[in-house]
Amino acid sequence: MSAAAQGTSKAAHGDVAPKKKKGPGALATAYLVIYNVVMTAGWLVIAVGLVRAYLARGSYHGLYYSIEKPLKFFQTGALLEILHCAVGIVPSSVVLTGFQVMSRVFLTWAVTHSVREVQSEDSVLLFVTAWTVTEIIRYSFYTFSLLNHLPYLIKWARYTFFIVLYPMGVSGELLTIYAALPYVQKTGLYSVTLPNKYNFSFDYYSFLILVMISYIPLFPQLYFHMMRQRKKVLGHTDDYSKVE
Amino acid sequence: FSRAAFVEVLDATTKEQLCFLDKVDPHSTIGDIKSLFYKSYPQWYPARQALRLDTRGKSLRDDEILQNLPVGTTATMYFKDLGPQLGWTTVFFAEYIGALLTYLVFFFRVPYIYSHTYALTSSPHPVVTLACVCHTFHYVKRLMETIFVHRFSHGTMPLRTIVKNCAYYWGFSAWLAYYINHPLYTPPSYGELQVKYALFTFAMCEIGNLSIHMSLSNLRTDGFRVRRFPTPTKNPFTWLFFFVSCPNYTYEVGAWLSFTVMTQCLPVAIYTLFGFIQMTIWAKVKHRAYIREFKDYPSVRTAIIPLIL
Repeated sequence: MSAAAQGTSKAAHGDVAPKKKKGPGALATAYLVIYNVVMTAGWLVIAVGLVRAYLARGSYHGLYYSIEKPLKFFQTGALLEILHCAVGIVPSSVVLTGFQVMSRVFLTWAVTHSVREVQSEDSVLLFVTAWTVTEIIRYSFYTFSLLNHLPYLIKWARYTFFIVLYPMGVSGELLTIYAALPYVQKTGLYSVTLPNKYNFSFDYYSFLILVMISYIPLFPQLYFHMMRQRKKVLGHTDDYSKVE
Repeated sequence: FSRAAFVEVLDATTKEQLCFLDKVDPHSTIGDIKSLFYKSYPQWYPARQALRLDTRGKSLRDDEILQNLPVGTTATMYFKDLGPQLGWTTVFFAEYIGALLTYLVFFFRVPYIYSHTYALTSSPHPVVTLACVCHTFHYVKRLMETIFVHRFSHGTMPLRTIVKNCAYYWGFSAWLAYYINHPLYTPPSYGELQVKYALFTFAMCEIGNLSIHMSLSNLRTDGFRVRRFPTPTKNPFTWLFFFVSCPNYTYEVGAWLSFTVMTQCLPVAIYTLFGFIQMTIWAKVKHRAYIREFKDYPSVRTAIIPLIL
């Protein structure tokens, strides 16, 4: 096909779809495919790890420890996605992506990792499971999209599973933060008090409460945005084909 | 060829006809059309009207003349309501008076902010009083400039933006005032020397900023069609124009950096950083606009930081 995307200077063999604006070049597309495949694999490892640990122990408790390292590695790795947007190889908003990734990284490191006592809470399993299923679907969706070969099943899953996974993840996250509160208050974790040379103070306990409150306006907005996306993407079931 | 003598105004979203004007002078401006439209729809004063030739196009400027537009005998325009608008003067007043007064609330230690033993007392540290004077001076200067110096090109700003801006100014003012006027405030590590140097640079930057505002204002004496770009004058403070397109922003950052050093307060540093980021964005836009408009624009100039940014 001809260079359908106007303005691309490189041979656009791997362009996602003929669009007016510039898409990623061939090299960027190859890199993104590799990135998304690796992330899909990573989250599959976490999923398998959870299942194996559950079967070995026979209970839901303490499964976090069995997948702690891959969870930290792959969730933190998602920071690259901010870079992808900033550089322009992914057409998403840097701010929006940054916000989403940072909130995940925050929960992984600043809450779960930092407050050891919450690691054995069931709420951790709740959000880890939600994240795992969501990410496996999301990264496979991107992989197939980049290869111009998106099975309807994946598209459907991406725009349907969130209906349950989103509230599930949010509940797990909120419960975990809530569980961390007493320990943060007791130990003064990450907190700075006056007086000090730089005339600054920070109360991590209050900050966590503010974070919890911020879910109230944010979560519905994101949820209904996904709902609208779902209607837009899946809505036309009368003229769909199996492969895009 | 015939020129428009009829104007039809349609709603940009619903496309329904809102207004049909006949016997319109082809030499009328968009501003005149807006005034006529306002007569039929008194709730939409001209400042909140956006008229376009295309539903998704750019809004027409108030000074554009009807007969110069690419329209036939009947000009069809699309109307969009920009929402309640406030004049720039009102906006700046709200932002600056709010910031100024908020700081004073903390300086005078209004009850319930700090522990009640300290209510309505004053800090024993001279630098705290000095900081209050500097902060107040900074905003009084801005208010004076708003009244006497600035000439605004766009008349108004939407209400939502004002709320956001006021939250920013008042919020940060409260945050930094809280720490500077706190009973547990720690004065700068290098004492009087640090404060004196910082005060000096603060004053220089304030004068610099004022000089630039005045020279920019003088560029607009010939109406709003600025045909010249700003250049250094006899005033040494304007010599920064040799190096940057927006020395007013450079001086502003300098003033806040000085205030940071003067108070040795991390929240002030954070506020300075935010301001710097925002002003750099604005400076870069202005810089690019200058380069595009003036073929002879000095190439040594950068946007906000000499030789660097």
